[in-house]
Amino acid sequence: MLPERIRDRQAPTEPCTAVAAALPGVVDGSIRLDRADRRHVEQCLRCQAELAQYRKLLRAMQALRTSTAPVPTGLVTDVLAHLEAAGERSAVRAALTGRKVAYLGGIAAATAAAGAGAAIVLVSRGRKGRLPLAG
Amino acid sequence: MRFADPSTALVDDLVDAARAGDHVAFEELVRRTYADTYTLARRLVSDEEDARDVVQEAYLRAYRSIGRFRGDAQFSTWLYRITANCASTHLGRRRRHRHDELDEEVDVPDTSPDHDPAAMATASLLRDRLEAAIAELPPRLRAVVVLRDIYDLNHAQIAEELGITESAAKVRLHRARRRLRTQVFPLRGEEPLDHEVEDQAHAS
Repeated sequence: MLPERIRDRQAPTEPCTAVAAALPGVVDGSIRLDRADRRHVEQCLRCQAELAQYRKLLRAMQALRTSTAPVPTGLVTDVLAHLEAAGERSAVRAALTGRKVAYLGGIAAATAAAGAGAAIVLVSRGRKGRLPLAG
Repeated sequence: MRFADPSTALVDDLVDAARAGDHVAFEELVRRTYADTYTLARRLVSDEEDARDVVQEAYLRAYRSIGRFRGDAQFSTWLYRITANCASTHLGRRRRHRHDELDEEVDVPDTSPDHDPAAMATASLLRDRLEAAIAELPPRLRAVVVLRDIYDLNHAQIAEELGITESAAKVRLHRARRRLRTQVFPLRGEEPLDHEVEDQAHAS
């Protein structure tokens, strides 16, 4: 039997299949291979090549972070106009909410004043009623 | 805080001012970030018009919630998370209407040299091949690999914004990387993955 190191790279073995399933996680350290699988990778050119490609893929993905897609004309203007409209709606809502609060506050104050007035009337009537007894 | 010239202000100062309700500062933040935000949206939804909608929605949400931004993450990361959430909502809404977004392949031009020799020249750069391969991923796989490997969001952040579990995010990430690897760097003699069968077997 040929040593694993010089086996045909195009013919994945059973361990290759098992290790290959883990390699997408091995590349960023989120999956750790056990000792047997690590030994397999050390001896298997195919798995080594696959792992190297995952590393290359990850580097290429990270490099995409600095590239930007062509932005459609007028996008930023549209976004800012959208925000301005939202800001105006929010200001109108705030103003209406403020008026509502003032209105409710007015009703509450009027109710309180009416209650206080009624209480004074009742108290004064009560005093009038008690006067003859006091004398 | 008022800026004599917002275009020269530091991002952190703009963020502080925007949190305090300075609309001019927020507008400057939009001007500085919209290209990045659009690029992320475009990568997630693969359609220019949809990406525009996602960007508008993302900035609107950011504008409404900037007061709650705690500053314990970078502003750009915070904005990426909002954009990812908007894209996820957008795709979910479309799926409910058309049943073809999150689980089906996106209709993109075939740039593989076998099918389009003219594309061979333009797709010769690794970046182009990779962008094309990313665009061919199903949206649910694409979102995870884009957010993790390009924008460096962690699994918990991705899971939260996409409304999935962390373990689902990890499974999708590994499947997406595997597909990209076989698309961009096929090994000699390697058969292309049967993605349809694989999807059915690992539906998550």
